[in-house]
Amino acid sequence: MSPSAKDRLLLGVLRGCAALAGLLVVVIAAFLILESVPAFRNVGWTRFFSDPAWHPAPRAEAGQFQMLPMLAGTLAVMAGAVLLATPLGVLSAVFCRYYAPPALGNAYRRLIELLSGIPSVVYGFWGLVTLVPLINQVRPPGASLLAGVLVVAIMILPTVALMADGALAQVPQEYLRAAAALGLSRWTTVRAVVLPAAKYGLFTGVMLETGRAIGETMATLMVCGNIVRFPQSVFDPVRTLTANIALEMAYALGDHRSALFASGLLLLVLIVMLAGAAEWIGGEPARD
Amino acid sequence: MRKAGTLWWLGVFGALFSAGCGSNAKPEAQALTTPVAPVAQLEGKLEVTGSSTVAPVVLEAAKRFEKLHPAVRINVQTGGSSRGVADPQKGIADIGMASRALKEDEAKTVVAHLIALDGICVILHKTNRVENLSDEQVMGIYLGKWTNWKDVGGRDAPITVVNKAEGRSTLELFAHYFKLKTAEIKASVIIGDNEQGIKTVAGNPDAIGYVSIGSAEYAAAQGTNIKLLPMNGIAASVENVRNKTFPLSRPLNLVTLPDPNGLKKAFIDYVQSEQVEDLVKELSFVPVR
Repeated sequence: MSPSAKDRLLLGVLRGCAALAGLLVVVIAAFLILESVPAFRNVGWTRFFSDPAWHPAPRAEAGQFQMLPMLAGTLAVMAGAVLLATPLGVLSAVFCRYYAPPALGNAYRRLIELLSGIPSVVYGFWGLVTLVPLINQVRPPGASLLAGVLVVAIMILPTVALMADGALAQVPQEYLRAAAALGLSRWTTVRAVVLPAAKYGLFTGVMLETGRAIGETMATLMVCGNIVRFPQSVFDPVRTLTANIALEMAYALGDHRSALFASGLLLLVLIVMLAGAAEWIGGEPARD
Repeated sequence: MRKAGTLWWLGVFGALFSAGCGSNAKPEAQALTTPVAPVAQLEGKLEVTGSSTVAPVVLEAAKRFEKLHPAVRINVQTGGSSRGVADPQKGIADIGMASRALKEDEAKTVVAHLIALDGICVILHKTNRVENLSDEQVMGIYLGKWTNWKDVGGRDAPITVVNKAEGRSTLELFAHYFKLKTAEIKASVIIGDNEQGIKTVAGNPDAIGYVSIGSAEYAAAQGTNIKLLPMNGIAASVENVRNKTFPLSRPLNLVTLPDPNGLKKAFIDYVQSEQVEDLVKELSFVPVR
């Protein structure tokens, strides 16, 4: 086989893979839209935001379909977890790159990689049997927004720590040498040189962890209490959209089932908006 | 439009799945056929509709049955117990599924075949001082009338009310027995499956919940920190569900026209046989035998 024929074959395979990956997303989106159509037709999208509560029924007339409290639950868990995990993850990466002895730094990195490989149901289980009873001693019922935020924060911490570590590794050595030549302290170097230079990589890490926080299902289902209500404090239970789908999908029929697909569509829109925002803010390449 | 879409998807997945399993299905089927040899060459199609509580058992049993008899196709759809009774009456389905006993007028036209029993019980944390709750007290707690354990004879602590998610058959049975409207229940925590309910109550000294008796008894025997409350003085146990003395229980039935024969009879016999007992237990129902 001549090199050009090999190239053409490779090109074909690559094109096929790319088309398949792209097609999957399109097919999933189309499927979600198709399944949501009855809900939009029979329930109407305004009722998702104006009904008095969430008491779904297989027939649209018999049920109530208020989704806002669950959207708020999703956003609250996401925001809390990201706010907690981001500084922790970035600073731990800084420690690991610039302060820790290389051996310790490497060991630490392995540990974080291990942490990222633990399935979410394990975190959820830990939260349910350990964290929730602890919070319950402070303020019942324990299953709460706080429990969800803590568990999800621990879950996404490895993502942001590894992404931040990767971003810091990309900072050109010349910058560091120049900073050293100027006699800058290590912290000043990190703060004024390294972090600004790595900010796009760090930003990508934050976006990835946010996506993961929105999508997390099992852990939030197990520790959040799943009451459909706007939380008044961090000790109140909340239900996220993903937990709602997991809780009800197996038993849902008719318009109820379709409404769950509509909430899935809402999640997809949320993720698309997130990706769009990431593109808009962080789209500039860091090589200037 | 939606139906067609769903069916199409199921078809695609079904095709993929059967293609994947096709190679090893045969020898296994032959090995399994030997013990039930007398049933000769069953073939045909069965439509089964009705209760979503019964459906998981029937669905899994149907998969096994289809493996035993490759020429048989069993289609299981859910739509509630009323449909499970009405569809065989009207001839729309061959077999119905109902998670209740037949009403008097229904029993004139169709017959029920008991496949399992389902019982649920109220559970508390092991350290809770309360040993007994009357039906009114359970109702009051779930309606938010009593929110502190001292109102019902316990210590001074707020009650954590654990409820099941909408649509679960356990919630349906519980609400039906205590005459509660699901929308009126004032819950502090909502859970999905029985296991999560048990873990939630075991981790919270002031929680009250209700789960399938099968799973609660098993967890308590394993040393989990829960206790099963008796109802009207009758202990909550699988035994008492089986001998039908426990009030909070119901039969899971298959429904057909009188004197089912051929394929229908073969499948009902199969679902009632020991060969699906593991499925029944796995779903925390109580086998009849």
